[in-house]
Amino acid sequence: MSNAAWVILIGSLASAACALVGCFLVLRKQAMMGDAISHAVLPGIVIAFLIAESRAPAPMLIGAGALGLLTAFTTEALERYGRLQPDASIGVTFTWLFAVGVILVSAFAGHVDLDAECVLYGEIASAPWDVWLWGGADMGPRAVWILGTITAANLVFVLLGYKQLKITSFDPAMAAALGINVTLWHYLLMAFVSFTTVGAFESVGAILVVAMLIVPANTAYLLTDRLSRMLALAVAMGIASAAGGYGLAALLDASIAGAMAVVSGALFVVAALFSPTHGVIFGYFARRHALVAPDEAAP
Amino acid sequence: MNGAGAAAALPPWLDFFTFREPNVRLILAGCVLLGVSAGAIGCFALLRKRALLGDALAHAALPGVCAAFMLTGTKDPVIILAGAVASCWTGAIAIDLISRYTRVKEESALGMVLSVFFGAGILLLTYIQHSGNAAQAGLDKFLFGQASAMLDRDVGTLAIAAALMLAAVALAYKEFKVVSFDPQFARSIGLPTRSIETALATLTVLAVAIGLQAVGVVLMAAMLVTPAASARYWTDHLGRMVLLSGAFGALSGAIGTYVSYLGPRMPTGPWMVVAATLVFTASLLFAPGRGLVARVLLMRRLRRKTAEENILRTLYLNGERAGAMDAPCSMTRLMQYRAMNAWALERTLARLKGRGLVREGEDGTFALTGAGVERGARLTRLHRLWELYLTRKLEIAPDHVHDDAEEIEHIITPELEARLVAALNDPAEDPHAQRIPPGPGAGNVVV
Repeated sequence: MSNAAWVILIGSLASAACALVGCFLVLRKQAMMGDAISHAVLPGIVIAFLIAESRAPAPMLIGAGALGLLTAFTTEALERYGRLQPDASIGVTFTWLFAVGVILVSAFAGHVDLDAECVLYGEIASAPWDVWLWGGADMGPRAVWILGTITAANLVFVLLGYKQLKITSFDPAMAAALGINVTLWHYLLMAFVSFTTVGAFESVGAILVVAMLIVPANTAYLLTDRLSRMLALAVAMGIASAAGGYGLAALLDASIAGAMAVVSGALFVVAALFSPTHGVIFGYFARRHALVAPDEAAP
Repeated sequence: MNGAGAAAALPPWLDFFTFREPNVRLILAGCVLLGVSAGAIGCFALLRKRALLGDALAHAALPGVCAAFMLTGTKDPVIILAGAVASCWTGAIAIDLISRYTRVKEESALGMVLSVFFGAGILLLTYIQHSGNAAQAGLDKFLFGQASAMLDRDVGTLAIAAALMLAAVALAYKEFKVVSFDPQFARSIGLPTRSIETALATLTVLAVAIGLQAVGVVLMAAMLVTPAASARYWTDHLGRMVLLSGAFGALSGAIGTYVSYLGPRMPTGPWMVVAATLVFTASLLFAPGRGLVARVLLMRRLRRKTAEENILRTLYLNGERAGAMDAPCSMTRLMQYRAMNAWALERTLARLKGRGLVREGEDGTFALTGAGVERGARLTRLHRLWELYLTRKLEIAPDHVHDDAEEIEHIITPELEARLVAALNDPAEDPHAQRIPPGPGAGNVVV
């Protein structure tokens, strides 16, 4: 496979994994939790790195998962016991953890093969060369395996928990009445967001993960009213952003991850303007039609 | 950055406080100014429930910084500031347009603007870096900030911007206050709320833009949220909150500078954020009134008071039944009436005894003293007045009113008591045909 194809594949896998969990963040109005978790996993990654002294995925996933859940717990605790408003709880929690992460990176700069910039925008361009050697055989880029596993795990999570995720997202009160553990599913989702974040982290960095989590999901949200279609569309939008982003980056000789975020933003703008149902332009006529119709029916 | 020649006798941790080095003075001034202005402006964002707006706007500044450099080829602070302001503004407008004209929710709009603008910034930044322009070196310092690289002109720009912002807050304080607390009311009294909101957004944008150099786009959000959230614990008065938040911001700036002075590899911006979070944690725990410790203590006091009053009332009822108000009652009997464990009951009785409301008989029984009878009578009176009020005025069945009265008897004030008496025509009996003990000014209460 050519280098370009690998990069697009890695980007697509990262986008697909993010889009699957991102749809639920968007529907639960917790988009900024994605932002918070993607920043807050940094100290977890650095600590895992210092302990394991390698980029082995298992310790990193554990470290990031722990920090992701810690963020979710702290935010909730500050809200409940500290009587802080939700947006401020998120703001205080993740900025602190991210600052600690940056301090750790600077303090152990000699030992950690991570630099602050790569934390922010990843290094997807060099990912194809970071191959996984298994018994001497070249198994292809490591990132493909890691992100492939995470995408598969997210897909299984969404398929198995489809009903519970759907009900707890749209109507938590009804979910509770049906005997679904709303808190458990909240934390499960947060755990999967954390894993996804750390998987995508190496390739696209902390902040562009946020773009992948919520931009394609919001684009899909403007195009359909069905959850299953929203998930499929979000994945498709993510893949389109990955491919388009690669093209744009190649054109400008600039960061691929940055270009992917820009393309996903452009796709959102197109959907916001031209979506047949919820777009600003056609939606305007659709709403006017809907408002006018009953009047015409009336005598 | 370590101490130069002459007074090398002083260790670095102390040498800092002599402020002899111009460089230290400069960085300290920059960080403190930044902390003050971000802290003060952050209060309004916090009260308007827009604490994360600063986060989104800070990230959105990056493409502006890069574009300003691409257009002019210099890193002049005023030009960079202008670029940052322009791009933050575009971000703010985008958030507004998205949440107003599409069905996408506001926090999704924040996240999208944050990440897409930041992506655009990274795209431009890497484009500039790869273009081989030698002057670009250092542009990436806007990501995490680099306070130690601040020059005279940077701090000068910062000081002017901070002074303008603080002056704006002082001049438009009243307008900002109304819009932050009650935008609908502000509109109803004819204030131009849109313009005031725009002014507040502009100030947030400015705070972000001047913070970029020291703290960077990624952590600037913290300087807008954390000091304001800390100050909120200490006061309910906006003016004091703004002052406190500014002071907390300044303190964080000073601590950040100090730590990075001591450890040459330590970044200033992240340490400012860590310092601000420490202040926050202290506020969360120890602030009087709203702090966690104060609230736990208050809860404990209320629980104790309720337990004491419950015992007094039980002893009073026991006396009523026995026909003598000072009739003794055993621990076992008390425990039958009240679902309390023996340990809590003993401690409560000991406290009541200490205050002379209850006396212990030689056989281990307890009885009310004169003062205890008085308190018990008043509690019983409130309980029965409330029961009667519920049955007569709210037409609740008499067998459903006890539990509610059981809770409210502890918190009815004399004023409320007087109104109950007036509403019920100074009754003598409760719905269960039990006598309501007379109040202090019984019979002549007029509301």
